[in-house]
Amino acid sequence: MSNIFKVSESPHVRGKRSTQSIMIEVFIALMPGAIFGIYNFGVNALIRLLVGVGVCIAVEAIYQAAMKKKVTVSDMSAALTGLLLAMNLPAEFPIWMEVVGCAFAIIVVKQLFGGLGQNFMNPALAARCFLMLAYTAQMTNYVIDGVSSPTPLAILKPGGEAEGVVNLWDMFTGNINGVIGETSVICLMAGATYLLIRRIISPRIPFIYIATFAAFTFLLTPGHNFDFIYLLEEICGGGLILGAFFMATDYVTSPTTPKGRLLYGVVLGVITFIFRMFGGSPEGVSYAIIFSNLLVPFIEKATTPKPFGWEKPAKKEARHE
Amino acid sequence: MANTFKGGLHPFGGKELTQDMAPVELKPKGELVFPLKMHAGAPAVPVVKPGDTVLAGQLIAEAGSTVSANIHSSVSGKVKKIEMRPFPTGGKAQAIVIENDGEYTEVEYIKSDPEALSREELLEKIRSSGAIGMGGAGFPVDQKLSPHGWEDIKYLVINGAECEPYLTSDYRVMVDDGEKLISGIKIALKLLPNAAAVIGVEDNKPEAIKRLTALAAGEPKITVKAVKTKYPQGSDRTLTYATTGLKIKSTAHANEYGVVVSNVTSLYNVHEAVVEGRPLTRRIVTVSGDSITNPGNFRVYIGTAFSELLEAAGGTSQDPEKYINGGTMMGFAMYDLSAPITKTSASLLAFKKDEVSAVKRGPCIKCASCIGVCPMQLMPNKLAKLAEKGDAEEFEKLYGSYCIECGCCSYVCPARIPLKQSIKAMKAAVKAAKRRERR
Repeated sequence: MSNIFKVSESPHVRGKRSTQSIMIEVFIALMPGAIFGIYNFGVNALIRLLVGVGVCIAVEAIYQAAMKKKVTVSDMSAALTGLLLAMNLPAEFPIWMEVVGCAFAIIVVKQLFGGLGQNFMNPALAARCFLMLAYTAQMTNYVIDGVSSPTPLAILKPGGEAEGVVNLWDMFTGNINGVIGETSVICLMAGATYLLIRRIISPRIPFIYIATFAAFTFLLTPGHNFDFIYLLEEICGGGLILGAFFMATDYVTSPTTPKGRLLYGVVLGVITFIFRMFGGSPEGVSYAIIFSNLLVPFIEKATTPKPFGWEKPAKKEARHE
Repeated sequence: MANTFKGGLHPFGGKELTQDMAPVELKPKGELVFPLKMHAGAPAVPVVKPGDTVLAGQLIAEAGSTVSANIHSSVSGKVKKIEMRPFPTGGKAQAIVIENDGEYTEVEYIKSDPEALSREELLEKIRSSGAIGMGGAGFPVDQKLSPHGWEDIKYLVINGAECEPYLTSDYRVMVDDGEKLISGIKIALKLLPNAAAVIGVEDNKPEAIKRLTALAAGEPKITVKAVKTKYPQGSDRTLTYATTGLKIKSTAHANEYGVVVSNVTSLYNVHEAVVEGRPLTRRIVTVSGDSITNPGNFRVYIGTAFSELLEAAGGTSQDPEKYINGGTMMGFAMYDLSAPITKTSASLLAFKKDEVSAVKRGPCIKCASCIGVCPMQLMPNKLAKLAEKGDAEEFEKLYGSYCIECGCCSYVCPARIPLKQSIKAMKAAVKAAKRRERR
């Protein structure tokens, strides 16, 4: 018998879940949406997805090696960023521009702020917004079956040039135009359900987000208030489902406090409504999320939980002298 | 009323290894070691000197102050020396060493009828027996049962949860010695005349719940409550909440809220002290873990070396990497098995692999799992960060001193950050700084 034992402070056991396993599970949960994107948009979509994942991993590894830091790509966070970014691009988006986006996400948004856990904006979304500003034409050129056509949200946009009628069932199944990974509500919901059952994401942020957005849309949309069909079209259209379940729930850039998550959901819902109704673009989810990311420190501070059994400190009684 | 608390988790239980093993008496060989401080408060003061002959049950060290406890020899024999000896939770401590003569000649124990004794007499009996809280803190039982404002105590919460993985010693007391436990509870209720007793038992112990419920049937002031199986259900704050609905902040004393919390084995010892007149010289210890050849429960003479206990369980099947005194969540890793079993040693666990020395720490990804499991609803992620920075002021602002050190945060952290360890160290530093300020 060896006489040397390992000694450490308790607890002496650890849970099974690790950073890597969480990232892998989110990656898996995105697969139905991504695969539907390939089905919908063809091989172009597949190439964009592979480039996104591959380039993000490569950029992170090269940057960390160049900076003489520990290479941490095995935690899978860069791969997940790449997948999310690619799912947010139109299928015909130029590949060199995608590479620029990946580099922006990993280097500027993530690594320059200290790497995993330190970024205050979701890297994939910040890169999407960057690409939107830098290459607006290419980012809004949605091509399906070789034909460039407007997305359902652009069709729905009141007063928009493409205003018309959409098919709600097609929006639900995903048989519509848009970015690679946002079109199929049912596929995205399958992945989201997995994350909820596995308790990787808490239901608070996505459900409060969608509920708040729905309430505002239902009550306050000019010309469409109390229009139930329009409401469903707004929920199924654009990036709301992808954003609410997979990007607003990003651990690093969302509040950690239970009440903060509720508040964050409300803020997201309100801002998304404002951007979609009054913004220049029919889309609002990406901007709403990265804008709300900036509010997270304040939300957390305002919602610090009170400990078990905490009592309001008694007011100091007036002194009688 | 809820039968549980918010937060917590379900670590691997491992109780099936030993729960059905009735305790086997382990007669020690050779010398026994009695550390002078195996309880909360001041060390006991030796009343024997090297060369003295002692009997089993004889007082060998006297309580050093109000908060302290008597120590009795568990065997008959000769006092060898009084010197520094390895202590089970680490380091060394002053201890009385007694050479066992193997005769087990006992002093005469004076039995008594608790009904005939006054409050003072009962407390004196408990005090002189050296009974201390067996849940881990080791607070003298007589002090616990006569708190400031004892007439206002409304609840005696009895911890039969045994939420720590692998441990089954409390379970054996509930299953094998239920009558004596109920008798001990009745004595405690005599000392707390306005209190009702509620025994909280985790619902993974149906046999204990069944037996105690049957025994408590004729006792209007004693109820048994099944609580949800979840760690740390047996912590006094979470158990009090699960059984009475009272939320007592962890920085306050329970008696300020009219609550006294005690453990089942402690109250079994109250019966032994008063009815049988026996001092606390033996306890049940669980020997378990994947490396132990024959896991089981043993009735051990206090002062017996852990190595003897290990031998009694057939040794280890493979070189274990880690030995733990206590459970896997809050126990102490051991590096010296020559340390003795003390009054609060509930178990010896041996594991082939040490899960924690292999893990690598990563950056916090703000997943908030630690916040979700914290039974005190703290933010361990932020507290640990502040602790590592040494920012006492912010640490206190985020209620760092409310931490009960259950370790749920460290257990669940996917980045393997030693959250509880940092917070515990900072708590101690903050406490020490406050003490310095007061001076």
